[in-house]
Amino acid sequence: MLEVNDLACSRGDHRLFSGLSFSLSAGELMRIEGVNGSGKTSLLRALCGFLMPDAGTIRWRGEDIRAQREEYHAELVYLGHLNAIKDDLDARENLRINAGMAGIRLDGKEAVAALRRMGLRGRETLPMKVLSQGQRRRVALARLLVGDAPLWILDEPLTALDVGAVGLMQELIGEHLARGGMAIYTTHQPLEVAGVTTRRLALS
Amino acid sequence: MAINWFKYSAPSTFYGLAGKIAPWCAGISAVLFAAGLYIGLVVAPTDATQGESYRIFFIHVPTAILSMFLYLVMAGYAAIGLIFNTRLSAMMATALAPTGALFTFIALWTGALWGKPTWGTWWVWDARLTSELILLFLYIGFMALHSSIDDPRRADRAAALLAIVGSVNVPIIYYSVRWWNSLHQGPTFEVGRVAVYDDTMRQAFLLMLFACWLYAAAVVLWRVRSIILERERSTQWVAELKEIRA
Amino acid sequence: MNPQDKMSLSDSLMLVIRRDWLLAMRRRADVLTTLVFFVMVVSLFPLSMEPDPNVLRKIAPGVVWVAALLASMLSLGRLFSADHADGTLEQMMLAPQPLALLVFGKIVAHWMLSGLPLVLLAPVLGLQFGVPTEGLWVLVAGLLLGTPMLSAIGAIGAALTLGLRGGGVLVSLLVLPLCIPVLIFGAGAVDAVLAAKSAAPNLALLGAALVVSLAAAPWVAAQALRISME
Repeated sequence: MLEVNDLACSRGDHRLFSGLSFSLSAGELMRIEGVNGSGKTSLLRALCGFLMPDAGTIRWRGEDIRAQREEYHAELVYLGHLNAIKDDLDARENLRINAGMAGIRLDGKEAVAALRRMGLRGRETLPMKVLSQGQRRRVALARLLVGDAPLWILDEPLTALDVGAVGLMQELIGEHLARGGMAIYTTHQPLEVAGVTTRRLALS
Repeated sequence: MAINWFKYSAPSTFYGLAGKIAPWCAGISAVLFAAGLYIGLVVAPTDATQGESYRIFFIHVPTAILSMFLYLVMAGYAAIGLIFNTRLSAMMATALAPTGALFTFIALWTGALWGKPTWGTWWVWDARLTSELILLFLYIGFMALHSSIDDPRRADRAAALLAIVGSVNVPIIYYSVRWWNSLHQGPTFEVGRVAVYDDTMRQAFLLMLFACWLYAAAVVLWRVRSIILERERSTQWVAELKEIRA
Repeated sequence: MNPQDKMSLSDSLMLVIRRDWLLAMRRRADVLTTLVFFVMVVSLFPLSMEPDPNVLRKIAPGVVWVAALLASMLSLGRLFSADHADGTLEQMMLAPQPLALLVFGKIVAHWMLSGLPLVLLAPVLGLQFGVPTEGLWVLVAGLLLGTPMLSAIGAIGAALTLGLRGGGVLVSLLVLPLCIPVLIFGAGAVDAVLAAKSAAPNLALLGAALVVSLAAAPWVAAQALRISME
């Protein structure tokens, strides 16, 4: 479904990687590995279409992602380093607005259910300012529970999460893959999903 | 015979080509300047109404024309660079901006010098001078935006978009300023308005126009060579250049 | 998810406008700052000269318009920078709707929060300068047509200077020259009425420019955002 062919990206003068090719199909999980500065985030940003690659193509369902931006975006969830969370809103408002931005209409009850699944019971209507870093990350990750986008692109999803939340993430990714979804992620912490072999892509 | 234009759009080939063309442009421009200034300042007859002071026309009008023309050329290169993602076009746009701004500044300066003997004041808010002033702001905006972005690719693309928006706006600004000027009954005598009745006047004007144009070409080509060297400093072909190894 | 749970284009547009409105209401001080700045700049002019009523009446349209221009430049910094800093802008760019549509929503919200209050306040300032009633109406009409354009053109500048050092000053440098026609037509309309002429040509030109800029600016600003986010 996602095919990357002969991809090359650089930052300024510095070539991050070149000649990168891989493909990802339904039910597959891929982990991008590499030291700091090897271009993991740049690769994920290129896959989202933010970054124009120096060379190579990225295709989704056989068509270049830049030629079908809106269709591709409807099938994609990206969670980056930044949580896209507004301090002035509460958790429920944040989730409903972020879902709406992705074209998904979410009522208050569905939003509360998703937040509870992420372990935020009792925190749904508190202002974000009073939540901890880990709780904020959980609000951002609750976005994965709404919508049915098959492709998840996760940049360091486990940052600031405690052990319980890491287990929850493994569970969520497992369910997603079982539904025929696919996920591509970077992490510095161990993240293994039971019953699924993680494909590894090393950037040097 | 088909010429392979794309061959010359590669910075490595264009670097050499520009180095060959630029001195010729500079040389011819110097000759034309000398001839134009001689005919304009010595041979051309004295104007009946404005006396000798009209002779600044031979500098003011060519620079004013080129300042607007160069902005459009710059926006054209910027558009090509943005659409076809060609590096050289973006470098040309960057190289054109300072020369365009220089001509705009000279046109403003000479306009002010012309205003003093004609109206008795250095600055009059007439349509042409005001448009030139706004054009100078547009050039400065382009250069300021380009220089405040560190990543050269983002700088090229952002500045290109600004140049295109600016070039769409230039006619609107020009006509709005004329409209404003006509409503407020500005000076009936517009800067740059001279009755050209003599052949030597026409010759001097054309010589000066071509001299300015060739000067712009020479300077821009030399500047684009520096930009190419700076941007491509880590490439093999730059390392192999005679002037780099020496 | 059921198909009826997907949102239409107008739903998305409304969502962006409502979101920016909600955020601004949680931080009302920002809106008030712009408004106070506008009043303050206008009030500085009589203090900087001899307050002769005839002169004040003559300069009133220009002063109000220049102050409106400066006030809207001041608020442009907020247009995209907060969303850029917290990652919301990335999510907007990944929305399944055209980015230009969401940018249009942000322009509308920006105008409602920074342009519209100025329009409503302008007649009071006009009275301070002794502008007659018919002049006040034209001033309001001109600002109503002109201030959305300042937000639209300003959005391009704000998108181009996203995340740059000294972006606030730079954005004024880029946007103010492009706004000169708006100033000329807007202030010109009031001048025309004060000189007992018709304001219609100026207002018609403003209206035409508004239509063109609202059609083109969101698209250009969306391209600028893509460039800035690379």
